[in-house]
Amino acid sequence: MRALDFDYMLGLVPVLLGYVPLTLGMALAGMALALVLASLLAVERVAKLPVLDPLVVLFISFFRGTPLLVQLFLFYYGLPQVMSFLTQINGVTAAIMGLTLHFSAYMAESIRAAITGVDRSQWEAAQAVGMTQSQMMARIVLPQAARIAAPTLVNYFIDMIKGTSLAFTLGVTEMMGATQKEAAGSFLYFEAFLVVALIYWIIVETLSFAQRGLEAHLNRAFTR
Amino acid sequence: MIEVNGLTKGFGQGPVLNGIDLMIEPGERIVVIGPSGTGKSTLLRCLNFLDRPEAGTIRVGDLTVDAAKATKTQILALRRRTAFVFQNYALFANKTAQENITEALVTVQKKPRAEAEARANSILREIGLEEKSDSYPAALSGGQQQRVGIGRAMALDAQLMLFDEPTSALDPEWVGEVLDLMRRVAEQHQTMLIVTHEMQFAREIADRVIFMEGGRIVEQGPPEQIFDDPQDARTRTFLRRVR
Repeated sequence: MRALDFDYMLGLVPVLLGYVPLTLGMALAGMALALVLASLLAVERVAKLPVLDPLVVLFISFFRGTPLLVQLFLFYYGLPQVMSFLTQINGVTAAIMGLTLHFSAYMAESIRAAITGVDRSQWEAAQAVGMTQSQMMARIVLPQAARIAAPTLVNYFIDMIKGTSLAFTLGVTEMMGATQKEAAGSFLYFEAFLVVALIYWIIVETLSFAQRGLEAHLNRAFTR
Repeated sequence: MIEVNGLTKGFGQGPVLNGIDLMIEPGERIVVIGPSGTGKSTLLRCLNFLDRPEAGTIRVGDLTVDAAKATKTQILALRRRTAFVFQNYALFANKTAQENITEALVTVQKKPRAEAEARANSILREIGLEEKSDSYPAALSGGQQQRVGIGRAMALDAQLMLFDEPTSALDPEWVGEVLDLMRRVAEQHQTMLIVTHEMQFAREIADRVIFMEGGRIVEQGPPEQIFDDPQDARTRTFLRRVR
């Protein structure tokens, strides 16, 4: 066993921190898009629209049933071969697209469960004051479902941050890709990957801390 | 003028309605009494399509809805002419007391926010909950929640206010304040259709009392007649039991 090269590790920290914005940017973009898509999918699952419903079920089944890495390869390397207009797609876009579709499938299911968890009387009160279906969803049901779904959704966001590391397989030099390059130059693989692991860990822990604040905020209407 | 003809609900869950006919004059206060499971709440819920009637017509002002072929648009229009007070209050849990009142004014009636808030504040004063304006329902007592529920209904300026056992879920200590508020609403010549088990209140507030059993209107008339000189044996039996 050899001693760890701490100087190397310390020197690597600022280099890798430079890639945090890209990592978080991809995760935030993916999360925002996935939230919108998952809410639409979940509302459809609750309303069970004809024609659309089996398609949504199929979508969710496929994106939950196949590995994220396979989906990323399919989009980045596969799709441009059959759809020529996608040849210009860059790795970052493909990664965000893959993360969005993959996680929206999972998130749709937890949002759907949260929607059905909103008390029946809330739906009836919204109908009784004359709201349309979409007003009822947007103003009353979804905000209350958000509170129920929040803990699970934050967990998916954490998963998504870690999932961005797969973008390096699409040639994106994000935090993981940068680490790979650094390690290949220094041959200090253990040090390099340990540093990047710690950075991911700290990001996730910071987020878990923020999660408690978010949940308290969403619960404010429900505590005496 | 509100006119209900042959309102029928026979299938699905819950009590049935067997062809209810009902005329309601503007400003009239009608109290519906009768044994539980007899269709009183179902009647109210069918009037704004929270429960869907299968047959019959409902006319509110110039809007006539035929239950058998009611469209989404008609149902929405009907709901926008009526207001509903729920037994379990059903305040929007994610909205403050003030927002519960402004919500429909802004979202449904498209009133400017400032106007809606002014209206809400004047109603909050009227229901004695000015200082609870920013409280969420979870922080209000049952009586306070129901007062907001009535305030939310008042704000709609509906042609008909429906009250579905508004005091039945309340602890006894809160019943009085809710009935007091309903008396004040009645003084404003609001057309009211009330299902309640509060017989004293019914006698005092009603222009007309309707006794229902088995999904039918068995007997109706002024409170003195129904309470002091009921004509039907079923009405007499029921009143003996609740006294």
